[in-house]
Amino acid sequence: MRNRFPLWKNLMVAAVLILGIIYALPNFFGEDPSVQLSAVRAAKVDDSLKVQVQGLLDAVGLKAKALEMADKRMLIRFSDTDSQLKASDVLNEKLGEAYTVALNLAPSTPSWLRAFGAKPMYLGLDLRGGVHFLLQVDMDAAVKQAEDRYAEDARSLLRENKIRYQSVEKQNGVIQVRLPDSNTLSQAQVLLKRELRGLQIDVKDSENLLEGRLSEVERREIKRFAVAQNTTTLRNRVNELGVAEPVIQQQGEDRIVVQLPGVQDTARAKEILGATATLEFRLVDNEHPVPAEGEKAPLGSHLYRDRQNRPVLLERKIIVTGDQVVDAASGIDQQGGQPAVYVTLNSVGAKKMGDTTRENVGRAMAVVYIENKSETKEVNGQKVTTKKKVEEVINIATIRDRFSKRFQITGLDSTEEARNLALLLRAGALAAPVDIVEERTVGPSMGKENIDRGVKSNGYGFIAIAVFMILYYRAFGMFSILALGTNVLLLVAVLSLLQATLTLPGLAGIALTVGMAIDANVLINERIREELRVGSTPHAAIHAGYERAFATILDSNVTTFVAGVALFLLGAGPVRGFALVLCIGILTSMFSAVLVSRALVNFTYGRQRKLVKIAV
Amino acid sequence: MEFFKIKRDIPFMRYGRLTTTISLVTFILAVLALGFKGLNLGIDFTGGILMEVRYAQPADLEAIRKTLEEQQIAEAAVQNFGTSRDVLIRLPLQEDTGARQSDQIFSALKAQDGTAELKRVEFVGPQVGKEMYESGGLALMLVAAGIMAYLAMRFAWRFAVAAMIANMHDIVIILGMFAFFEWEFTLSVLAGVLAILGYSVNESVVVFDRVRENFRKMRKAAVTEVIDNAITATMSRTIITHSMTQLMVLAMFFFGGDALHNFALALTIGIVFGIYSSVLVACPVVLALGVSRADLLLPEKEGLVDNRP
Repeated sequence: MRNRFPLWKNLMVAAVLILGIIYALPNFFGEDPSVQLSAVRAAKVDDSLKVQVQGLLDAVGLKAKALEMADKRMLIRFSDTDSQLKASDVLNEKLGEAYTVALNLAPSTPSWLRAFGAKPMYLGLDLRGGVHFLLQVDMDAAVKQAEDRYAEDARSLLRENKIRYQSVEKQNGVIQVRLPDSNTLSQAQVLLKRELRGLQIDVKDSENLLEGRLSEVERREIKRFAVAQNTTTLRNRVNELGVAEPVIQQQGEDRIVVQLPGVQDTARAKEILGATATLEFRLVDNEHPVPAEGEKAPLGSHLYRDRQNRPVLLERKIIVTGDQVVDAASGIDQQGGQPAVYVTLNSVGAKKMGDTTRENVGRAMAVVYIENKSETKEVNGQKVTTKKKVEEVINIATIRDRFSKRFQITGLDSTEEARNLALLLRAGALAAPVDIVEERTVGPSMGKENIDRGVKSNGYGFIAIAVFMILYYRAFGMFSILALGTNVLLLVAVLSLLQATLTLPGLAGIALTVGMAIDANVLINERIREELRVGSTPHAAIHAGYERAFATILDSNVTTFVAGVALFLLGAGPVRGFALVLCIGILTSMFSAVLVSRALVNFTYGRQRKLVKIAV
Repeated sequence: MEFFKIKRDIPFMRYGRLTTTISLVTFILAVLALGFKGLNLGIDFTGGILMEVRYAQPADLEAIRKTLEEQQIAEAAVQNFGTSRDVLIRLPLQEDTGARQSDQIFSALKAQDGTAELKRVEFVGPQVGKEMYESGGLALMLVAAGIMAYLAMRFAWRFAVAAMIANMHDIVIILGMFAFFEWEFTLSVLAGVLAILGYSVNESVVVFDRVRENFRKMRKAAVTEVIDNAITATMSRTIITHSMTQLMVLAMFFFGGDALHNFALALTIGIVFGIYSSVLVACPVVLALGVSRADLLLPEKEGLVDNRP
């Protein structure tokens, strides 16, 4: 009996090895310093832009390695960071209006490799620097806002249909509509049931009262919408920050992950992401006097304060809100020379604004700035997070004429503030406030260190194992080490192919899998020695060694695999990356220990019909 | 080269009483350490802020503490980290602690010393920390349950129970050591502990596998002899495999930097006790549970077809 693989098995091993090399290779090419142009709103990324960029670069004598276009994005590669920075300045100056310019590190995988779809592993923030935020969407606030909206809708529906009502109030999440008699009660009931389908309406005949609660379906819908809307809004805001390759993803039911690679100015990032600022335009109530300290505001009005902390009485009814703004730009007001924000409304907002301003020429209109903050306080040893809503009148202006789609807001403190406000308005409003519940920032130098250390410890460990294995098992140690090397190669290839995020725990996972993967080889080699000891021929010993060790390898790896899968399912962030590497590593190590090393053994010894001695 | 040419089986099971006593004592000590001292949980689990700042010259910790006091930040732990130029600042969650606070602190430090460079910031909210803690515990149980189910299916319930007892013994001892020495218990350490759970079972499985095989081969031998032979036969593989893994872990311990330090530490303890428990805890327990040839020979007819030459 000789140890030989059938042809198909040899071919399979060879094919897997070649694929492994192709997909692992991109990791060794490094990265090009590049500039990324992404289109803002209407701007287009097309060939004319390519020509324009080329022209701009030629004018300052910069030479780009390549210009590449992807959807809504153009990547301009350079050979050194110096020209990258210069180009970024030039492009920002000339094209900054219509495009966001961001610095990027693009993998410099050769095009023939890219044709296979081969890409380097995606490095996590802890390996390349950047910020990770976990944002929690405030669902209670979203539900409360929806209830307010329903109450307001109920009011205007009754008014429009000329049904007399005594009051519409909201108490503990219940919208109570009080009516004067049973006649109006049934009218209102029919109307509200038909128009406000999201409400579940109960009738209390004895008190002429209708009680509306949000239905379970509606509640779920509101929550789902709040997260979806917030994710979109955050994506817009991040795009305005000009970050290359950001990640914005929903996590779980009510959380959103935002990762900004390479971002250094975390303070500004937080301001833009965390701010739940929105604007509301309201008419100033000039029918009632401003209530004195401690007095309640009259019905239908609400008391606000302006920046100088002076009380201002505004109508409860909102004309338009920030989410009806389609565009906003900051600039300087030509008459007053003050910082201003130029606002463009969508058609619904424009109609409402137009109608209101036409009917109210001569009256004053206020812009209210609303920001949601949260604070954690300790009460009786319990941490309690309270939400605080800051509402501030930032501007009051007299309506001189009917507003159109476009108008301007003045009364801001600085151009910086005008710019931030314009950004917030432009990027859209958040459907519900968000809080940062987790932040992890890693500086770029630390990221580099982490990679170095991870690679170094993997390398030293591998060398130590190789030395020992070859000394101890000689030829078979050599086969084991080659199999182990294949294991690392395949692991890297699979991770690159999956585009899984490699983090520091992931690197630790590679190290640990390498350490554990050798177990399969040791089991096999020991078995072969044992068989030789009881007097088997070398060929029989090799055969038996591999066959018998296989059952053990399978059993012991399945248990580790079970652990890895559970870790993956339950772990968060770093633990998950570790688990993924562990699981893939087990699969690749079984392949390389059982098939690759066997193929090597067969190749070396299989041809000899009379095998007298093997080096193990 | 061959280190382990053992001619006669070592009578491990004769020392069963002694080894289980040793295990029991270490186990109880670990539980006591956990009970009295508790784990020194990192901010991954408790929530809080952690900042690592690097200076161009050795950092003046006193000055940093003063700056923090001026910022009215109480209970901040300031210490050197790795080198004298690196400083680690830890803040527990307190009133108005928020993600924004780290910016405020860093700009104050930067104002005090312009060379300050922010290496990393971690802020974890209390809710998130609590969830991590709970899902970590859940993961531990799920892993244990999954492994037991597999072992019960593949071997027999007695093996599953024994392997799990041996395993839990390792986990508790790792946790106990972390509690006793007050090493920081972070998310990556938890990952290490969970990996050990898989790894240590791995070890028991190799021995059990041999026991199963021996039951078929050594028809006349007593159960203790069967087990002794299994352990002795796998001895050299046990030592070599663990040394290899340990080599890798040591490389992480020494060259992996602070981030992998405690992770590697947890793995080291796990590996050492993994060998011990798989041999000297799992096997005596299996024996005590009354394992017999009949346990393993029944399923063979169906699932396990022996296709050896």
